[in-house]
Amino acid sequence: MKLEIRGLTKRFGSFTANDAIDLTIEPGEIHCLLGENGAGKSTLMNMLYGLLDPSEGEILVDDRPVTFVTPADSIAAGIGMVHQHFMLVPVFTVAENVMLGREQTRGLGVLNRAEAAARVRELSERYGLRVDPDRLVEDLPVGVQQRVEIIKALANDAQVLILDEPTAVLTPQEIDELMQIMRELKAKGTSIIFITHKLREVKAVGDRISVIRRGKVVGTASPDTSEAELAEMMVGRSVKLTVDKDAATTGEVVLDARGVTVVDPRGHQVVKDVSFEARAGEVLGIAGVQGNGQTELIKSLLGLVRPAAGEIWLDGRNISTHGPRESLEDGIGYIPEDRAHDGYVGSFSVRENLVLDLYRSDDFSRGPALNREAIAANARSRIEEFDIRTETADSPVSSLSGGNQQKVVVAREFSRPLKVLIASQPTRGVDVGSIEFIHKRIIEERDRGTAVIIVSTELDEIFGLSDRIAVMYDGRIVGTVTPDIAREDIGLMMAGAHEPAEGGAA
Amino acid sequence: MSDPTTTEKPVAPEPERPARSRAASSMQSWLPTVKDSVAAIVLALLVGAVLIMFSTPRVIESLSYFFSYPWDFFKFSGIAVFDGYSALVRGSVGSGSSLVRTIERAAPLICAGLGVTLAFRAGMFNIGAQGQMILGAVAAGYIGFHYDLPVGLHLLLALAGAIVLGGLWGGIAGFLKARTGAHEVITTIMLNYVGRFVILFFLGKETFQRPNSDNLLSPPVNDSATFPAVFGLHLGVLLAIVAALGIWWLLERSTWGFEIRAVGANPQAARTAGMSVSRVYITAMVVAGMLSGLAVSMMVLGRQDPLTDQIAGSVGFDAITVALLGRATPLGTVLAGLLFGALSAGGLTMQAAAGVPPELAQVLQALIVLFVAAPALVRGLFRLRGDGQAVGVEAKGWGG
Repeated sequence: MKLEIRGLTKRFGSFTANDAIDLTIEPGEIHCLLGENGAGKSTLMNMLYGLLDPSEGEILVDDRPVTFVTPADSIAAGIGMVHQHFMLVPVFTVAENVMLGREQTRGLGVLNRAEAAARVRELSERYGLRVDPDRLVEDLPVGVQQRVEIIKALANDAQVLILDEPTAVLTPQEIDELMQIMRELKAKGTSIIFITHKLREVKAVGDRISVIRRGKVVGTASPDTSEAELAEMMVGRSVKLTVDKDAATTGEVVLDARGVTVVDPRGHQVVKDVSFEARAGEVLGIAGVQGNGQTELIKSLLGLVRPAAGEIWLDGRNISTHGPRESLEDGIGYIPEDRAHDGYVGSFSVRENLVLDLYRSDDFSRGPALNREAIAANARSRIEEFDIRTETADSPVSSLSGGNQQKVVVAREFSRPLKVLIASQPTRGVDVGSIEFIHKRIIEERDRGTAVIIVSTELDEIFGLSDRIAVMYDGRIVGTVTPDIAREDIGLMMAGAHEPAEGGAA
Repeated sequence: MSDPTTTEKPVAPEPERPARSRAASSMQSWLPTVKDSVAAIVLALLVGAVLIMFSTPRVIESLSYFFSYPWDFFKFSGIAVFDGYSALVRGSVGSGSSLVRTIERAAPLICAGLGVTLAFRAGMFNIGAQGQMILGAVAAGYIGFHYDLPVGLHLLLALAGAIVLGGLWGGIAGFLKARTGAHEVITTIMLNYVGRFVILFFLGKETFQRPNSDNLLSPPVNDSATFPAVFGLHLGVLLAIVAALGIWWLLERSTWGFEIRAVGANPQAARTAGMSVSRVYITAMVVAGMLSGLAVSMMVLGRQDPLTDQIAGSVGFDAITVALLGRATPLGTVLAGLLFGALSAGGLTMQAAAGVPPELAQVLQALIVLFVAAPALVRGLFRLRGDGQAVGVEAKGWGG
């Protein structure tokens, strides 16, 4: 099936989100849509999926003009979409999720589960999508849930599959598996629209690349275009993909974790006897596949969870029993992993979020009253300094793009003197231009003598920023290495395969 | 500001972890928009007009010859609706005495509504205004009729008693939520029952019994413990205005209000930013209870209502509607409280002057509640473009 978009335009009031977009998706190709957050990729896809009405232009399927009023129309036309955030019912099995909306019954309204399961098995065999149809979705890892979404689309006979930022939630291994699946689908004749802002992935699987910037297609490229060129097309200026930094001048131990053990509410030990030191003026990277205790470890450092055993020392003081408030006041900066959940209040204005953990300080309050002038002045200078793209300081943070939301969190944490900066996934879901900026600020903070702890599942980020790398697997630090270790070795350590072969132990 | 990255989002937000962020702000998404609130009122008045028509005998009679002479039906309907609603307006704002009645009825609604609003902004659904008012009434009444104290001091003590006991009663629910995670909807509802039995217990005591009465009825408070009155209007109502201004200031201008709003909108982020979520829950519920105590003092110390187990009437529950209709803002709560006060005052006149059943005022209130609670319906009828958020969150209130 050939999908063609001609002059598609979407206007919201006076603002043009998509400006006369032309795209052709040939049968059996992987067409990458590359663009920064907020460039208009999602608007375009929502029009293709019948969630938004185009203001102008037309969509053609096999040279026939079509109109999609609801997603049902698009599905009927053979378009399937896997959203970034899955639309699955956690307490249903895989088969039940796949049959949802098109339930087959055997007389008297009894669901024909067996047939649904058989359909899932058939699809998973044909496309190499390994999934057990009888497992509950909530028990499956994220990567497998994504496969269920793909199977759901395929069960509707989708011939064009839209994958919206599919890799944002995956571990490196799962990304490799997904790419294998994409190649398999392509070989069987399914076209894929692959939306992403990660250059490496585009080059790995794409047949053709369309770059969108500010609502317009600014160019089409082939996968052998260099990453630097692609980044430039995407951002509109040249971008540094590597982090510029000098060798660290390491000072005293600032943060000292001794035998920290964290038990989760279900009674499982998720952090097991972890000890490490973070020194002034260095970046300590904590690498590991998501879910190996990193989240709980840094939460315990801030005091959001209390360690069941072990001690945390800051500047020679035992802070193991401190709550978040004391830790913040002691000079720990914290950029949480899930910014929408822990990092900002979406309905609060940019101005308010910029003082979310500073409002009680003398700078921003007078007795019980907020010092509104100081808060407004702070917002003006932070927005300027961190180039936060927002209409006004009064706009709610939820209306900003992901990169700008993260900049709000980063700007806030950098607005007070820090002894330790703990940043978890500091650039997750952030566009290339903002990644460059955030990395630069992190290195500046290091050079100012702050001990920096970076937790990331992106190896590029860990390698780019860290002076030392601690690898976590199954709640333990399985080794601490320097960034000159080979990627494969660290990958093996992350998978728990072996103890480090003294690849430059620190 | 023509930068696309900034202007696109409000209209076409990318699905940024929708499940979680929605859970975090589920309470807020209950709130109607200003348009929703106004539309709900208009719609309720329209349905009310139909009810007035069909409760008027002349209109019903005209239906029997509708096809031969339809004009009568429309004429009589128009007259009935006009008479009914003009009586409603006259009875609520048409004269000095009706204004006094409206304000006197609105003031407790506003105070208790502010309590619901405050708790709502902290992410809690305070169903317990009723119980908090009852406890406040016990304190105000007991101090008011049992002691003989100098004018002024007596009033202050009785008022303080109502506020303190109301605050304590609210604080229990806040404490239970903060310490044990008990859902405030359950605990406040249960505390309403407990409150009712507390006042029944006291009314059974000799001290609380009005002499020469067989009913469970206390004496009214002494004159020394009443609010002074001007033109028949007791000045306690001024406290409602003071309370509204105070709550507005607290929410919008104080560091404590900043914490309340942050906890209400995203408790995880508030905790990560070093705020004490449990302290916010407790303090917000204490202040909410204090406002309920203030509300009931207008009745006990203002109108000199004697204590009965019905002392709070339905004010504690209407307060929830008032707060929601007012979009959980202090100004909105004041406006919604005045509207409900006017409906309740005008309802009496409507019956007396236009022969409309007295229940109609309550039906109007109920309809407003219904339409406020069903924003999707109202938006559909008025073709209002909502943000789409309030649709489909009916079951989310439990997540708070």
